[in-house]
Amino acid sequence: MIRRALARLEGPFERVFGAASPMHHLGGLAFFLFWIVAASGIYLYIFFETSPDGAFRSVEYLTREQWYAGGVMRSLHRYASDGLMLTMTLHLLRELALGRFKGFRAFSWVTGVPLIWLVFFSGINGYWLVWDRLAQYVAIATSEWLDWLGVFGEPIARNFLHAGTLSERFFTLLVFLHLGVPLFLLAFTYVHVARISRPKTSPPAPLILGTIAALLALALVYPATSQGPAQLNTVAANVALDWFFLQLYPLLDTLGHGPVWAVAGGVTLLLVTLPWLGRRVREPVAVVDPANCNGCGRCFADCPFGAVVMQPHPDRPGHELAVVDPDLCGACGICAGACPSSTPFRSVAELVTGIDMPQRPVHQLRAELEHALDGLTGEAKVVVFGCDRAADVHPLRGPGVATVSLMCAAQLPPSFVDYALREGRADGVLVTGCRTSDCWFRFGADWVEQRFAHAREPHLRTRAARERVRVAWAGVTDLATLRTELERYRADLRRLAPAAPHTESKPRRIAHG
Amino acid sequence: MAKLLRYAGQVAFYGLFIGFIGYFSTSPAYQHLPADQALVKLTFSHPGQPKEPCRERSAEELAKLPPNMRIARQCARERSPVAVEFALDGKVVYAATLAPAGLQHDGNSTLYQRLPVAAGPHRISARLKDHVALPDYNYAKQAEVVLAPGQVFVMDFDARHGGFIFK
Repeated sequence: MIRRALARLEGPFERVFGAASPMHHLGGLAFFLFWIVAASGIYLYIFFETSPDGAFRSVEYLTREQWYAGGVMRSLHRYASDGLMLTMTLHLLRELALGRFKGFRAFSWVTGVPLIWLVFFSGINGYWLVWDRLAQYVAIATSEWLDWLGVFGEPIARNFLHAGTLSERFFTLLVFLHLGVPLFLLAFTYVHVARISRPKTSPPAPLILGTIAALLALALVYPATSQGPAQLNTVAANVALDWFFLQLYPLLDTLGHGPVWAVAGGVTLLLVTLPWLGRRVREPVAVVDPANCNGCGRCFADCPFGAVVMQPHPDRPGHELAVVDPDLCGACGICAGACPSSTPFRSVAELVTGIDMPQRPVHQLRAELEHALDGLTGEAKVVVFGCDRAADVHPLRGPGVATVSLMCAAQLPPSFVDYALREGRADGVLVTGCRTSDCWFRFGADWVEQRFAHAREPHLRTRAARERVRVAWAGVTDLATLRTELERYRADLRRLAPAAPHTESKPRRIAHG
Repeated sequence: MAKLLRYAGQVAFYGLFIGFIGYFSTSPAYQHLPADQALVKLTFSHPGQPKEPCRERSAEELAKLPPNMRIARQCARERSPVAVEFALDGKVVYAATLAPAGLQHDGNSTLYQRLPVAAGPHRISARLKDHVALPDYNYAKQAEVVLAPGQVFVMDFDARHGGFIFK
């Protein structure tokens, strides 16, 4: 239900941006915005004076007299920080809505929670440094909020009683924190993505260019400015808040310090414990069969979650064996699709492959495909291989259309395509799965396309014409589009000559090891 | 044409993106304190007097100590709580007895309280005693002030400068 709603919401983004939809690259976008903040911050630091008087003066100099460089950098620093907060929040909400925080994803989820605090801290701390009226308000309100905890010997807020109580050393400490905490944030971000393979820490180039251009435009049209110098003998009564970072501050006045701590702590605790709340449904994980594993490492290369590692084979010296870490396995079946032993042409009594999913083993897929092929009649006969997480392919079934739904599109070994097309049992094969760049298991669509394009092992070796194999990505709400694409494909197939029988028409035994 | 529409869509998206960021990075403004009010801050950081008076060690006691620790005067570390009372226009607005900080209760007693008040003339007074055993407050100050709207009026305390400081 939520997936469908989200898919509809994100539909316009995909139509406009295609594979570079920002909604599919929120994490990478946040990462990229962090780099903008870091780069612009380094520039600002060169000119920044670490004293109560110098801070405001130096920032004003950058904003007014050096508007073409320092002013732009200041605006980029501000707006990229806001963008970082926005994309990080959307990233969190999207993963939450999709339920992607349990089981093998728990580590990434839990390690993401401290990042929220670190981003907030860095941003709020940064506002102090400008030492304008907003900085005065934020500094005093934050100090009072922290003092409520009662863990500091002296109330921090006493630093802001009047100009005489504020020292240069205090500003040096603030600058130190504003450099140190983002470094810690960066380090922790790498922990956040440590347990997934090939983390997307950078958005696609068009998105990078578009984001830079947009932020630059904003910096020039609506530059970030200060709100007058801080004056501790008067209240900063009316402030233009940055609602991305300071949304909790009005609550300090209305609810009080304790309740806001309770809200912040409660939300944090809820987020941290979320992976273990509620019913846990543990999918069976991939299983390696040492007798059929030749140690080629394709499953290791394709696993999106780094769950497969290669270790020395216990029985065959000089050979390697795939080993699955059950805590990391996402039960996607991509490894089974990558295994060269997963070929339906093998004539063994029961088809057993090197690495397989107990709930949907390769021999079962072959039996399903056989059954599907047997039911095909008429012209332009097509087998549609779908994905359980994408558009449901079963409603497409008909006299000339057979369907097989997989755990992920990349669970499909390319040899199954050959198998379907041999002897003209099917005239074409259509493979579908999650929308481009939005694979539930991260790389399913990419691996399928690369295998079919001979850019990734195992290759699609089909002896039939390539026009008899088509790929059409379709999300959960895209059944109508997929149906249209199928009909178009069948019309194309009707214009082709009937499929020629393959020479490889019988199951064969293949060698291993 | 389709490509052109896509580019137009992207421009619209980026426009919304920066519009959203640009607006919420400064708006709407937040009124932290009503325009007709001033803010009084009641605050101090002051160590209470030693809770127990110092005493002179006897010769026998000194003899038992290592030579490098033979100090005649022995003072306990623990400080007395500090009692304080602030009044505005004759009415007590804050009164408390504040414990010293630290595991050994040997730190300062501290206070930081915000008190929004209507701008205008006020009679303010503050009293403090830095030992609970004292019969009466040993520091006191009062003043007539006119608080401007938005003014921060600090009622601080520093024994080295004679007690209360109104600023």
